[in-house]
Formats: sequence, structure tokens, C-alpha cells
Amino acid sequence: MSCGKCNKTTVEELKKTHKLLAEFDYEPVKVEKGYANRTLYVNVSDNKIELKPVSEELKEKFIGGRGFGLWYLWQAVTPETKWNDPENEIIISSGPIGGITQYPGTGKSYVVSLSPLTNIPIDSNVGGYFGPFLKFSGFDALEIQGKAENDVIIFIDGDNHKITIEEAPEECVDSHILAEQLTEMYADSEEGKKNVSVVSAGSAAEHTRIGMLNFSYYDVRRKKVKLKQAGRGGIGTVFRDKKIKALVIKFSNLKGDSNNPADFDTIAKTGIKLHKEIHDFDDLQNSMRKTGTTYLVSIMNDYDLLPTCNFQFGNHPEAHKISSKVFKNYFNITKTDGCWYGCTLACAKSVDVFKLKTGPYKGQKVIVDGPEYETIAGVGSNCGIFDPEAVLECNFYCDTYGVDTISFGTLCAFVMECYERGIINKETTGGLELKFGNWKAQLELLHQMARGEGFGKIAGQGIKRMKEIFAKDYGADINFLNDIGMEAKGLEFAEYMPKESLAQQGGFGLTNKGPQHDEAWLIFMDMVNKQLPTFEDKAEALHYFPMFRTWFSLVGLCKLPWNDIVPEDNAETDEPHKIPEHVQNYVDLFTAVTGKKITKEDLILQSERVYNFQRVFNIRMGKGRRKHDDIPYRAVGPVTVEEYESRQERYDKQLKEEVGINPEGMTTEEKIKVLREYREKRYEKLKDAVYKRRGWTMDGVPKLETLKRLGIDYPEVVEIIKQYLD
Amino acid sequence: MIEVNGEHIPWKEGMTIQDVLETCRYTYPMVIIKVNGKIIKRAQYETYKVKDGDVVQVIHLMSGG
Repeated sequence: MSCGKCNKTTVEELKKTHKLLAEFDYEPVKVEKGYANRTLYVNVSDNKIELKPVSEELKEKFIGGRGFGLWYLWQAVTPETKWNDPENEIIISSGPIGGITQYPGTGKSYVVSLSPLTNIPIDSNVGGYFGPFLKFSGFDALEIQGKAENDVIIFIDGDNHKITIEEAPEECVDSHILAEQLTEMYADSEEGKKNVSVVSAGSAAEHTRIGMLNFSYYDVRRKKVKLKQAGRGGIGTVFRDKKIKALVIKFSNLKGDSNNPADFDTIAKTGIKLHKEIHDFDDLQNSMRKTGTTYLVSIMNDYDLLPTCNFQFGNHPEAHKISSKVFKNYFNITKTDGCWYGCTLACAKSVDVFKLKTGPYKGQKVIVDGPEYETIAGVGSNCGIFDPEAVLECNFYCDTYGVDTISFGTLCAFVMECYERGIINKETTGGLELKFGNWKAQLELLHQMARGEGFGKIAGQGIKRMKEIFAKDYGADINFLNDIGMEAKGLEFAEYMPKESLAQQGGFGLTNKGPQHDEAWLIFMDMVNKQLPTFEDKAEALHYFPMFRTWFSLVGLCKLPWNDIVPEDNAETDEPHKIPEHVQNYVDLFTAVTGKKITKEDLILQSERVYNFQRVFNIRMGKGRRKHDDIPYRAVGPVTVEEYESRQERYDKQLKEEVGINPEGMTTEEKIKVLREYREKRYEKLKDAVYKRRGWTMDGVPKLETLKRLGIDYPEVVEIIKQYLD
Repeated sequence: MIEVNGEHIPWKEGMTIQDVLETCRYTYPMVIIKVNGKIIKRAQYETYKVKDGDVVQVIHLMSGG
């Protein structure tokens, strides 16, 4: 396959154009109890390659995955470092449990870097084979620093214990082509393709701040390279800024016990238990095996939670057109859709043959990895687009261009609202009629991002910077843009409507990296079940769930098998929303892999350490305090008359029952103002309660006693917070 | 009237758990249902009849993401 931009048509010809810049042989090590006990450092400025030992202290305090990533990034940067400085790193690490093949969802990698969108650390999780292969090749983490002069590929040959840095001038940058070319180039044979994994970005990652990384794996049954995405925070942009074209790893000796765990039998038994649950109950529960996460579209729509037209509304009469019932017909459903070996939940759906209608690959038949719920809601409903093929087309191009579908969807929705309100027009967009529902204009915006031209280049800077540009250059009202621009800390919101759940507003706002739902998804508990009536209840949930979910990112696990399937007797447990049996599975897995006996309380403690360290890291980089946890008012309540009047009965009732004001005789504008004062005050009270529960000051700074309790009161950490403590 | 997740909704003669779910538009499949604190099994949703004044909890579990 070729992009048509170069004259090399075979991988042999492409390979010949590579220039070897560095070569490094290393001694193999046996993974012991989930750790290789060594990391790999590569600097693409001076082509230095070296190994670093992993200390017991590092394993104890930071566990692995995101914990390792944050620790190494802390050492690499200073408070002055910017995302595009050579000092910034990209760190990839799985974690001690990562790579076992007996339990579903164990192939995750976690990627950490300073984000071009937020200028603070971002962590993004991804499936595919790279993370486990990295560990089994002998490295608990890969640290990449520096900036290359020309495009390079870093190749880790885990079979022959060799690392090379190669200049690679000719390969296409777009991932669907590049991953396939490199898989073929570095595999020993057709059969050996399953032993190769490629990390790549794409052409839009070069021209925007919303670049993401694709992690590949070879689907033996389809004979196709599939891609999973480390989407959030612009790490693909950092990758291309370093002129890295791709990372390639080859590891051919995968075995069921490659992690060399302390207690294999317990892992096997725990896995069998969950496989059985999935087999028996998935069809009655979320049907992940058949529809992946697409099942959420109609559910979110029914509960008024599906973001529609830039989060103005939570449902739409046409949502059924992009529901799982529709996408199910496009999917080639098999039981082998896991993105790592042994995952029977198998949510990694794909559309195997899709003919493109636009862009440089128009007319080609391609495989589309997805769509997942977030993509459908982001590039679909939130942009007023309810055409499933438009969603698939956009999904494909976001992936191959290396762009995060969540940031793209949310920023496109913002642009469309600005267009419809006359804040921007055809003149400013260079002729693009960016109205809600215009999927052709949306796709052209994306193609412009890939070409680095036109309005696409402006939009690709993200909502935070667009707001500044629109106010400065087009005279827009910055206060209104701040109300409707769905970003916090510089990161675009994930695709759930939080207006009617105060706890979820905290789940988006009181986060380390920005409004991403992987910290806490509390809408049902709060808004529907009414299980969190007090500020203290919400604060407890905003302590427990972010800590619990952080843990997945430390050990190499996917979150989905935790609560997208539940045991039959879960209802009879004391805390069914925590899925106690699955929590115990995780405790058992950790102990069985590492040999370290832990309890469910230890699990939270492990996360708290890393979470608080990340908070201090944010403070070190100039964010991470109370004011940085603010969210746009559209996430909190109705900004416009249309929003209020579309749910007038609900809001009038709240004014009467919660605020204690009779709305009769008030104009809508007056009602909006009163409701806003009430809701904004409530969010501030939530901050107080959450900070208290997390052991932080009212400015959101972890207290010294908290750092001491967690054992992370290192001098350089204490130094950062000292100036903010009384 | 019956109470469902803290909201009052009209009760009808012969109303089943399934009717309650439909009335409230609770379409999410992963729920735990309690009537006056007692768990009702999924298999009974279409046959279990709620009584006037019952307190029904439809506890939605988390998922997604």
C-alpha cells in the first residue's frame, strides 16, 4: 500500500532509503513478577540509547504505567519546559499486570508527556500490543527525549536484543498506510506480522495540537493491521514535533506466562471466572462483544446525556440513526475483537470494508477501527451529524491523520456553534459552511488540518486558543466564548452532558489532566439513582472513583472489564456500584503477579500516591490550583435562552424547589441569571468538599501531611507546595 | 403514587417493574431494582407487581468510558 506521494512502491524499496543513525545491543533479561526491572531511554537529538535500572522504591511508590511515566517526566523537565522543547519526553509503559493473557483487558499501555493543549502532564491509555511487547523485550518503560533533525523510526528488536534509530525519509506519515508498511517491513514472515507493533501519528498531528498516537496490532483473522488510539492531550503532536515517524517493536516469543508471575494458578482461576461471566451475562448486560461501546449512544440519548450541538442539549430525535443497532450492521462481529490476547469482552469493533467519499484516499476501501461511543457522540451528535457513514469517514480520517476524535469532535462543535451564531462566518472559515449537521464541511476542516492550511490550522489549535483568536481577531465576546467553549485546563471535554449532575461536573473539573471521563463517571449515581445527596457524599465518590480508576493506569489494565460486565450476585453486595467481586479480582491479580500481598485499601493508597504526585506536578508547571479546576458554564447549566426553554419545566422546578424562588413572571434571562448564581455557588462548595476529602488545602494544593501519609514527601515535591501552604 | 428514585409517579393497577422502567424511560440494562428495600430479580421484572405507595429504587450501575 502506498499514499501515492512517493515513488517507492515496495517495502524493500522503502527500507533501502533508511539510514542507520544508531545501533545498540542489549543483554536480554527475564521478566520477574511482572517487571523487567529496567527501562529504555532514547534521545533522538544525539541518538543516545541507554538502559536505566528500576529501583524497588520506584516500584513501591509509582507501581508502573502512568506512575512511571510521571516520575520520569518529572526528572526530565523543569517548570519552564514547554511541550515542544527537546527536554519534553514521551514515556510509554504498561505496568506489572500488563501482558498477562488469562484475564480480559490486560494489554494496555499508558503514555505520558507534557501536553501541547494544557502544558501540564497528560496521560492517555491505549490498547494494541506495543506495551506488553516492550516489557517482554526487556523494558518496563520507554522514555523518548530530544528532537531529531529528520524523520526517524526507532526499532526495538526484542528477538535479537537490538535497538536502532533509523532515518526514514520516504514512508507516508498517515497511520493506516505507515503501520501496514512497517508491519510488513519488520516482520520476519507473513505469520510473524502478529509479533510486530507500530506506534505512529499522522499528517494532522504535525499541524495541530490535538495529535494522537496509533498503536497497532495485527489481526490474524482479518489479515489486517488494526489501530488503537492514545487519543487525549496531543501526544501525537509531540511525537511529530520530535520528528519521530514511528516506533516499531518486534517480539516473537510471547507465552502465557511471559510475565513470570508469582502465582500463575490464581491468575488462571481469576481469569476463568471472568470469562465465564462474560460468556453468561454479556448478552443480557451491555452486549460489548456484539456492539462495543456503541450501545451507549441510545442510552445516553434516553437519559438526556448525549451531547448534541455543542453540549446545548442532551438528546436528539435523530440519535437512533447513529445507534448501536445501525453500527451493528456495519461491524464484522467476531469473538476475536480484543486488542490484546485473552480479552473475551472483545469491544474493539471494526468496519472491515468502507469506501471513502472524500479526501486524499477517496474511493479507496479501508478498514475503520471503531467507531466507539466517544467518537460517535463527538463527531456525530455533538456536531449535529446523524449520518453513520459520515461518522465512519470522520473516524477513519481522524485515526489515519493522527487526531483525537474527542478533541476534534468537541472543537468542531464549538466552531459550528460560533458559525451559527455569526461569531465566525464564511469569510473567516475560508468558505467552509460550518453549520451543525454539515458533515462535508466537517471533513474538509479535518483535511485542512492534515494539509496544515486554512481554517483547519486555526481550529486545530484547540478551543482554548480559538477563543482567544476569535475574541482578538473577530471581536467576539470572550465571556460568551468562555461559557460555551467546552474545555478545561486547555483540554476539550469528553462526550457526556454533565449539566444535571454536580458530581459529574466535579468528575470533569476536579481532575488532573482535564475533562476526561476516565477519572470519574458519576452521572447515574448522582443524577438518576440519587445516591449522592450531600456534598460529602459527592466528595467521597470524587475521592474513591478517581483513585480506583487511576489504579488501572498504574498496572496496565483496561477499565471496561471492571464494570461493563458484572457478576450475577453483584446486586446482593454491600456496594454494588463498586463491583466488589471484580475489585477483589484486581487485588488477587496484583498479588498473584507481583507476589506482594495487598488489600483493596492498598490499591487506593497506591493510586493516591501517583494522583497526588500528578497534582503537585501540575502546580510545578503553573496549574493545579483551585482556579484551574473551573469549568465552562455550559457544563454546569443553561447558557442561552434556547437551552433554558428547551427544559423549562425542569429548570423552573429547580428554581422553585432548590433555589426557593418563584419563577412565575420572570423573564428567561432573569431565570438563567438566578439559576447560574445558584449552580456556580454549588460547584464552589463541591470544590471545598472534595479538596477536604482528598487532603488538600482550599486552594487545591495537597497538604504536607497528605504527602507524608502517602510517603511522597520528597524534598523536591515538598518544595513545590511549600509556597502555597499557610 | 409510588416513589421511584425519589420522584413520585402515578401508580396504576397491575403495574409491573417493567412498566415502571418504561414509564421512567429507564432503558439502561445494568440496573438493580429494590422495592421497599428488597431486591427484585431480573426474571421477575415482567411479573412482579408494585403496590400503591411502594418505594422503588432503580440503581443504575456505571459503565462506559
